[in-house]
Amino acid sequence: MRLSYPANVKIVLVPCTGKVDVMHLLKAIQMGADGVYCVGCLEGACHYNQGNLRCRERVERVREILQEVGLEPDRVRMYNLSSGEAPTFVAYAREMTELIRRLGPNPLKNSQPAIRVEEAA
Amino acid sequence: MMKSGSNLEKILRAGHFAFTGELGPPRGAHAEEVRKKAAHLKGRVDAVNITDNQTAVVRMASWAASLILIQEGIEPNYQMVCRDRNRLAMQADILGAAALGIRNMLCLSGDHCLFGDHPTAKGVFDLDSIQLIRMVKQLRDEGKFQSGADVDGRPAIFIGAASNPFADPFEWRVQRLAKKVEAGVDFIQTQCIYNMAKFREFIRLANEEGLTEKVFILAGITPMKSLGMAKYMKTKVPGMDVPDEIISRLQGVPRDKQAEEGIRIALEQIAELKEMKGVHGVHLMAIEWEHRVPEIAERAGMLPRPVVG
Amino acid sequence: MIVAKRKPFDEILRMIESHRKVLVAGCGTCVAVCLAGGEKEVAVLAAEIDMARRLKHEPIELGQTTLERQCDREYLAQLDGRAEAYEAIVSLACGVGIQFLAERFPKIPVYPGVDTCGLAVNQDVGWYEERCRSCGRCVLDRTAGICPVTLCAKGLYNGPCGGTNRGSCEIDPEQPCAWYAIHERLKGQGRLDCIRAITPAQEWRDTVPRTLIQPGYRKPEKAKA
Repeated sequence: MRLSYPANVKIVLVPCTGKVDVMHLLKAIQMGADGVYCVGCLEGACHYNQGNLRCRERVERVREILQEVGLEPDRVRMYNLSSGEAPTFVAYAREMTELIRRLGPNPLKNSQPAIRVEEAA
Repeated sequence: MMKSGSNLEKILRAGHFAFTGELGPPRGAHAEEVRKKAAHLKGRVDAVNITDNQTAVVRMASWAASLILIQEGIEPNYQMVCRDRNRLAMQADILGAAALGIRNMLCLSGDHCLFGDHPTAKGVFDLDSIQLIRMVKQLRDEGKFQSGADVDGRPAIFIGAASNPFADPFEWRVQRLAKKVEAGVDFIQTQCIYNMAKFREFIRLANEEGLTEKVFILAGITPMKSLGMAKYMKTKVPGMDVPDEIISRLQGVPRDKQAEEGIRIALEQIAELKEMKGVHGVHLMAIEWEHRVPEIAERAGMLPRPVVG
Repeated sequence: MIVAKRKPFDEILRMIESHRKVLVAGCGTCVAVCLAGGEKEVAVLAAEIDMARRLKHEPIELGQTTLERQCDREYLAQLDGRAEAYEAIVSLACGVGIQFLAERFPKIPVYPGVDTCGLAVNQDVGWYEERCRSCGRCVLDRTAGICPVTLCAKGLYNGPCGGTNRGSCEIDPEQPCAWYAIHERLKGQGRLDCIRAITPAQEWRDTVPRTLIQPGYRKPEKAKA
């Protein structure tokens, strides 16, 4: 089965969506990504029991943060499917792409953060 | 030995079955409202409890409404809660109340601020009700402030407190009553009684411990005005025990007869309480029903009230 | 440990609205454990501020750092010579740390990024329950290891009050009645005598700022100006 998904989607592999952190998602948006979505296993089917549920909570938190800072929460979403569902994967990729197109480009794209990490001496 | 010379104290010490009422001060500055409610109670009860920011809702100060009652020729039972004042304010108010002729006082912890109209207020609770009882007793009997300094002019106060025989753990209720007795309470007014079986057991235990010989116990009665009120009391009021039989009795009569049925239940309770060893009177809390007190007093055989010189 | 809760973002944003260069300073101890003000929370807050200000076209320069503790001078000293480069500091430490940081850099406004919520136990990740009000007069010996000052909503020393409701507090059915629990545990231990006597009025010790000097130690002399 050779299915194509939109080329604008860049995949970042993680061992489990439970590994995804608030900062990973936030940083992507902060640096100008138009949208980020997590694709995890079906709820109840996590090999590590709670990984995908934790991911969902983090996605929810990031959506709240986007709302607070003045961005559309829908730029960050969570999807679930089982590993054998390639057509569903493609459908989600298209759906997300469509959604982001409607929202338009991330306004943060045009500027860069100015954050310096002060290391403890 | 007479401690305050209040009418309530005289009635109880003379061995009469006491009968007290209750009045909630208004949410405003109209003295007339107090007088109007008080008129229904005059001559029908031995003393009238004046609630202190009841259910943590701001009302006219209980000492002020107590003074209005004195002007009307009715003896107040001045309630004070620990929620709203520290030991300085409490002692100041007690001295002031005594100076102006208030002779009975009821010492309470008070409902939590969360229940009232200022839920974000800071509850003081510098003392609890038992510590408050002890402080009043010390002012009166030893002439000492809580700090130990001398009082010039001891407040002659008949000291009351509440007891809830129905709150958990049941077995500790009599013990807590014993602590109040040890702290120096003269009389107790109980939480509204609906579960008579449990109350009988409470009094039996109090008799057994010898507490009813050391303190006068006035059993709390609140007639149900409607089925709705009974259901609310059963499910929504913490520490209230309303058995199913009360609910079904009210359910068994038409809506316009529910108030009468509520009064009948109260009258039956009062009749039993009059005969109960260890019970020295009834405290009638007719909540926003002061105008029905004359009728209830009459039908309960409480009138005329004895006069003790 | 001390627990804290991040302040609402809008509130923090308003505190620093006039500043163009701000340091976000976390604390690696209690507030890090309770997920309110450690390294990760510092990074999140800095990202939030950065994004919000850029979206308002009022970009801001930010620094981020997390000290081991903000309640110890030796760690605060790590910011000497660097904090001065900022117009203001948002501290995610508890109220103690925030004040010590503000004391160290008296010329720089220091703002609280969290609300400090008490001394609590870790029931589960992200779930903390208050257990101590640091009253300075511990009575846990007589109350079966359950603090009536903290866990009784009225702080009663001679409970339970008449509002106890089948083992719950009158304020909330979800809140256990401390005095009910004290009674049950003492009964189980055969120690009900502990609460039979009246506990007298508390001699409060937390009404003035307290200084604690342990036996064998002395207050060091003020450093020469």
